[in-house]
Amino acid sequence: MKKTSADVLPVEGVYGDEPLLAVDDLHVEFRTRAGIVRAVNGVSYTVNPGETLAVLGESGSGKSVTAQAIMGILDMPPAHIPHGEIRFKGTDLLKLSEEARTQVRGQRIAMIFQDALSALNPVFTVGWQISEMFRVHRGMSKADAMKKAVELMDRVRIPAARQRVNDYPHQFSGGMRQRIMIAMSIALDPEVLIADEPTTALDVTVQAQIMDLLADLQRESQMGLILITHDLGVVADVADKIAVMYAGRIVERASVHDIYRAPAHPYTKGLLESIPRVDLKGQDLYAIKGLPPNLLELPTGCAFHPRCPYRQDNCVTDVPPLYQISGTRGSACHYWREVLDGER
Amino acid sequence: MGRYIIRRLLQSIPVLLGATLLIFTIVFALPGDPIAALAGEKQSNPNLVAILRERYHLNDPLLLQYWHYISGVLFRGDLGINFSEVPVSQLLAGKFQVTLNLALTALIIEALVGVGLGLWAALRRGKATDTMILASTLLLISVPTLVSGFILQYILGVKLKQWTGADIFPIAGIANGLRSYLLPGFVLAGVSIAYLTRLTRTSLAETLRADFIRTATAKGLSRRRVVGRHALRNALIPLITFLGADLGNLMGGAVITERIFNLPGIGLQLFDSVYLREQPVVVGIVTILVLIYIVANLAVDLMYAVLDPRIRYE
Ligand SMILES: Nc1ncnc2c1ncn2[C@@H]1O[C@H](COP(=O)(O)OP(=O)(O)OP(=O)(O)O)[C@@H](O)[C@H]1O
Ligand SMILES: [Mg+2]
Repeated sequence: MKKTSADVLPVEGVYGDEPLLAVDDLHVEFRTRAGIVRAVNGVSYTVNPGETLAVLGESGSGKSVTAQAIMGILDMPPAHIPHGEIRFKGTDLLKLSEEARTQVRGQRIAMIFQDALSALNPVFTVGWQISEMFRVHRGMSKADAMKKAVELMDRVRIPAARQRVNDYPHQFSGGMRQRIMIAMSIALDPEVLIADEPTTALDVTVQAQIMDLLADLQRESQMGLILITHDLGVVADVADKIAVMYAGRIVERASVHDIYRAPAHPYTKGLLESIPRVDLKGQDLYAIKGLPPNLLELPTGCAFHPRCPYRQDNCVTDVPPLYQISGTRGSACHYWREVLDGER
Repeated sequence: MGRYIIRRLLQSIPVLLGATLLIFTIVFALPGDPIAALAGEKQSNPNLVAILRERYHLNDPLLLQYWHYISGVLFRGDLGINFSEVPVSQLLAGKFQVTLNLALTALIIEALVGVGLGLWAALRRGKATDTMILASTLLLISVPTLVSGFILQYILGVKLKQWTGADIFPIAGIANGLRSYLLPGFVLAGVSIAYLTRLTRTSLAETLRADFIRTATAKGLSRRRVVGRHALRNALIPLITFLGADLGNLMGGAVITERIFNLPGIGLQLFDSVYLREQPVVVGIVTILVLIYIVANLAVDLMYAVLDPRIRYE
């Protein structure tokens, strides 16, 4: 008999108070010839069924590496996870055997990638690629699996799905390709879906359609969604809560409502102020000054201090913990009160 | 697709004409008189010589000679006759088979060994196996066929027979059927094996870095399936191209191998005919080789379209 993930992971409801997925003090480093790249330095976040967590942060802040660590698709080496836990329903995935891990990947936790053209295999039809999930993981016959693929393509609203199952990825538009990625990822009803910048490669109107689709699918299936993006505009409509990352750390954690009303970290504030706004047309955008930190040699103290308008002496020496502001809200800034109050 | 094939075949006519004219000119420019060579050291009868020269159009200007020849090839499928009055096509038919057997044996050995070693190296990148495979390909590339041929002939043909008493690898001739071709086939394939190994290694390693491989892993597929299905299909595409183009090289490269192992193929014939200045035979062999190049390349392009759905021919 084929072993299923139920053998190694708790079934529905047995995980008690644990969140559906909890990343806990995760550290990831890449041991390269140039030195140790500390890409993730103690990230913690959680996501629950039906909940959407948006992970924000500029390029290189470690959003994707964290996601890949959850999926277990980092190349190790060069990647190492010296510390941390990734608990799925209370079970630490990092302690599972590779075999057990493979049973989680794609079936219980799935992922969609930024550029669907390069993320899909060019030499197989989209139907083949979607139905592979059913053939490999569910042992279905080719014909049955193909039927399932058509159903899924219908579900992600690809027009004329039946006629198009035997087409190749390059024969689809960008938006349709991303729908195919989505169909493939939700094939086996995963409990957690990680979407790594799913709309970045698409034009604006298509972006909105894809986000709507993801939101609808999530409502139907109650999966936990981790949405990685650097587009704050996208986040407001779909996310429940936000984790802002900087230099491999969470610098602010809050509900969408709170963060838009009043950010509690200077970096978040900078991000929010760089969203183009119609009412401020013509004015200078607040772009965060300076460059992202060198991960080979992180700044001492708060990693954001070289770029921070609120910097004081202790920022250079003391690493700020994630101060609890209220309930689940937190900010990794010594001066979060000043930031919250909008003083500059 | 059909129109594409026809267009490609039409395009190959100038290639065929150019190549044959070139070789015709080169043979024509060789020093010495073919009729005199025919008679060997003896003094030949001047009348006979004159008759023969007339008969083989040897007094005509080069271009006219070429026309006599190529019109026969194109309109009658006739490769001419040699100086012993044997039709070249008949002379070459059996020899062609020998060379084709040799080249195909080499191609199969090349594909199996080259792709196999290349995949192995790619999956063990940076490890001792990889380094060893790479080092041996360098060795293969740098040792000329002439040397490796004689060494293998001596070790596997002569010595092995002495030790085991069994004639596993015949050292000369084609008396032992397919077995006769194994050793020569391996020698002929040698350098190509090395290149193919390296190409395979690079191709697979590159494919394994592609985004769609990460997707396949994220789908929860086993490593075996990710490599064997998702990566391999993509990595094979450039290898097919290389193999197809190499068939022509192997046929051409057979000249040396056939000499070493004394195989009566067109390579050996080419050697003799150049010596005897039998223009029709030399040009006939080259014509056939050029045709094989053209057909093999066309076949490769068509295979390409089958393997890579992004490619469509109009
Ligand atoms: N294989 C690797 N070797 C060395 N460094 C790596 C490797 N993979 C990622 N990194 C580094 O880890 C850091 C975090 O990368 P990550 O892809 O998580 O950024 P990101 O937040 O997703 O950015 P983006 O918005 O550009 O996708 C980057 O600085 C990157 O250079
Ligand atoms: Mg990323």
